[in-house]
Amino acid sequence: MVLERAFEDGPAFVPYVAAGDPTPEATKRYVEALVEGGADVVELGLPFSEPIAEGSTIQSAIVRSLEGGMTPDRFFELVEDLDVDVPLVVMTYYNLIYQYGRGRDGADDGGGSGDGTETGDGAGSGDGAGSGGPGVEPFVRRAAEAGVEGIVVPDLPVDESDPLVAACEAHGLDLVFIVAPTTTDDRLDRILDRVSGYVYVQARLGTTGAREEVSSHTAESLERLEHVDLPKAVGFGISEGDHAERVVRAGADGVIVGSAIVEMIEAGVEAGDDPGTVADRLREKARELKDGAVRGAGGGTQSRNRPGSQPK
Amino acid sequence: MSSDPDAGSGEDLDPNFGDYGGQFVPEALMPAIEEVEDAYRRYVLENEDGFMDEFHRRLRDFGGRPTPLQYADGLSARYDTDVYLKREDLLHGGAHKLNNALGQALLARYMGKERIIAETGAGQHGTATAMACAHFGMDCEIYMGRTDINRQRPNVFRMLLNGAEVNPVDVGRGTLKEAISETMRDWATTVETTHYVIGSVVGPHPFPRMVRDFQAVISEETRRQILDREDRLPDSVLACAGGGSNTMGAFHEFVASADRRSADGSSGQRPRDDDVDLYAVEAGGSTLAVDEDAGVAPNSASLSTGTEGVLHGARTKVLQDSDGQIVESHSVSAGLDYAGVGPELAHLVDEDRVRPVNVDDDAALSAFHRLSRLEGVIPALETAHAFAYLEEHADDLGDLVVVNVSGRGDKDLETVIEESTERGVAEAPDMSVFEGAAGTDPHAGGDR
Ligand SMILES: Cc1ncc(COP(=O)(O)O)c(C=O)c1O
Repeated sequence: MVLERAFEDGPAFVPYVAAGDPTPEATKRYVEALVEGGADVVELGLPFSEPIAEGSTIQSAIVRSLEGGMTPDRFFELVEDLDVDVPLVVMTYYNLIYQYGRGRDGADDGGGSGDGTETGDGAGSGDGAGSGGPGVEPFVRRAAEAGVEGIVVPDLPVDESDPLVAACEAHGLDLVFIVAPTTTDDRLDRILDRVSGYVYVQARLGTTGAREEVSSHTAESLERLEHVDLPKAVGFGISEGDHAERVVRAGADGVIVGSAIVEMIEAGVEAGDDPGTVADRLREKARELKDGAVRGAGGGTQSRNRPGSQPK
Repeated sequence: MSSDPDAGSGEDLDPNFGDYGGQFVPEALMPAIEEVEDAYRRYVLENEDGFMDEFHRRLRDFGGRPTPLQYADGLSARYDTDVYLKREDLLHGGAHKLNNALGQALLARYMGKERIIAETGAGQHGTATAMACAHFGMDCEIYMGRTDINRQRPNVFRMLLNGAEVNPVDVGRGTLKEAISETMRDWATTVETTHYVIGSVVGPHPFPRMVRDFQAVISEETRRQILDREDRLPDSVLACAGGGSNTMGAFHEFVASADRRSADGSSGQRPRDDDVDLYAVEAGGSTLAVDEDAGVAPNSASLSTGTEGVLHGARTKVLQDSDGQIVESHSVSAGLDYAGVGPELAHLVDEDRVRPVNVDDDAALSAFHRLSRLEGVIPALETAHAFAYLEEHADDLGDLVVVNVSGRGDKDLETVIEESTERGVAEAPDMSVFEGAAGTDPHAGGDR
């Protein structure tokens, strides 16, 4: 709901950073700089030790963040500490969500009875499995409390998502799903049934990573989604303002940029630059990407004028 | 794809084993996984186009099946109990891994995929996959952690000789976990042309089931062979467990027969199938504790000490810290060095059908030497774990014991000689013959 609104005033720029890369303090400055530069939503990565959807750039960021001591609890503290007026989305892998209930609030992994009732029928209505585990509700509850507006889980296909969908609905969070170039029509329907906030359009096969060129898949993927009311944000490989422009011209309502941002953070770490200097560069980069997106929408910042893509 | 009206009975397969299993992978991979599931159902379960006939024919002609069930004189005398060895080490390639690799490569062919990728830990699965691909004339790329490349060199040579490309993985500790993650990343990029031959009963549905079905030939033969020889079923079956493919392969027929027999109410065997004790022997490494601060478990005993979590596409028992970060495992044997385990094994452990046990590195090394000396069989270090458990608990295993010899130990000679010397393993042979020889590398001579 809040997420959808972030796409209302023209194409949205959605940067990704790995929280805690290289420190929580640095992340705070980077996120603030990105927002000053024009970010409309920020995806904050909560690092997981086995990031199977990530290319080498974000893998390295995750290693830096974990080595810096990032944990789910510290992640939520960082979110609470952030002073920005755009919605935040947490991007993480399912196991961290799944384990969050364990050993906290006196809950244990034994019966899962406490979680079971709170995620309610969500856990039970799906495949009948997993309801005996720690449960996903405590994570979602904590995320909502900390002020997170949405969740993206790269290793959670729609097939396994019932418990998380239920918990997100219960706590008023959006659950963003990824649509891939390989997604079949039948799967797309199931995704569209459950997705909220925005549709994450994966521009190319493979893992995350900055590229020189915009994928030719992008236009095709967007065409398939023309009838969808929710905003469509394209990610995977976008690294420059010109890419953002082309992607928006092809029909996207927003651009998600991860690796290109993370590369700049990495370069700063390697050169030993002061976080303030890196933040300045990120602000510039954000402007470039946001301006590109706005150009793609036809110049000014007025709302989109393509049929069938009005926000609800 | 799965909506193909010809998809046999069309009945959906359960992706779970009790609380475990499922499909936790990126959306980009799901359509391919549905395609694999459809192919699995048609070709493996329903023998469409005679797939399973061809599989068994090739296992025989190329693989050398059936493998013998051998009476172990030395061990039987030592423990005063009848011990049989199921000799998967005699399967082509020297390990049970070919059963699965050949099955999946053949399946990929039926599916029209041209390229094969696989991860490998000990290099046995990589070797088996490379052999199967050479056999079928398919392109093959293997991902292998840097640590494992260095500790399993003979297998790397074999893969290269069979024409496979070997991609080193430098992430993390450079072992099996990282290799699987990296292979999944390749697959996410190349999924349209490529089949991922997962090397154990792990990963998203339908892999755990499908790999088990290809490996089940081990227990199908064992059950037949032991009835032939002893006219009864064994009291215990022992198999080492990393991901658990030789384990499930060695156990499955006893589990399935029990289910079948209880379904039709008959039970002719003594002991009955469900009274056959099934031991999954894990790598206890150096100690069973998890060091949370270091993010390290100096063992690979996920069944014994792991907790429910999601890793590499499945919900199963994993070694993790309290936040859910997967911790680094350890074992002296590369093939057991993994923080997860097959979801079906996790389920069978919870059901008390399979007993999870473990032995430490030193015990495994000792067992390696013992089996080599007593039986003239040099086992893989992975396999040696099962024999170490036999040594420690022979008294509790009944009168008739089958141990699955999952593989042979040629690949491990360097590691074993090095580690045995370092740890002063008492059972190790005297290596002084090498001293003063030209060239100080003991293996230079040993290989001739
Ligand atoms: C000889 C041998 N045994 C056992 C294993 C462990 O695998 P699994 O537990 O899947 O049988 C390996 C793995 O590489 C192996 O090479």
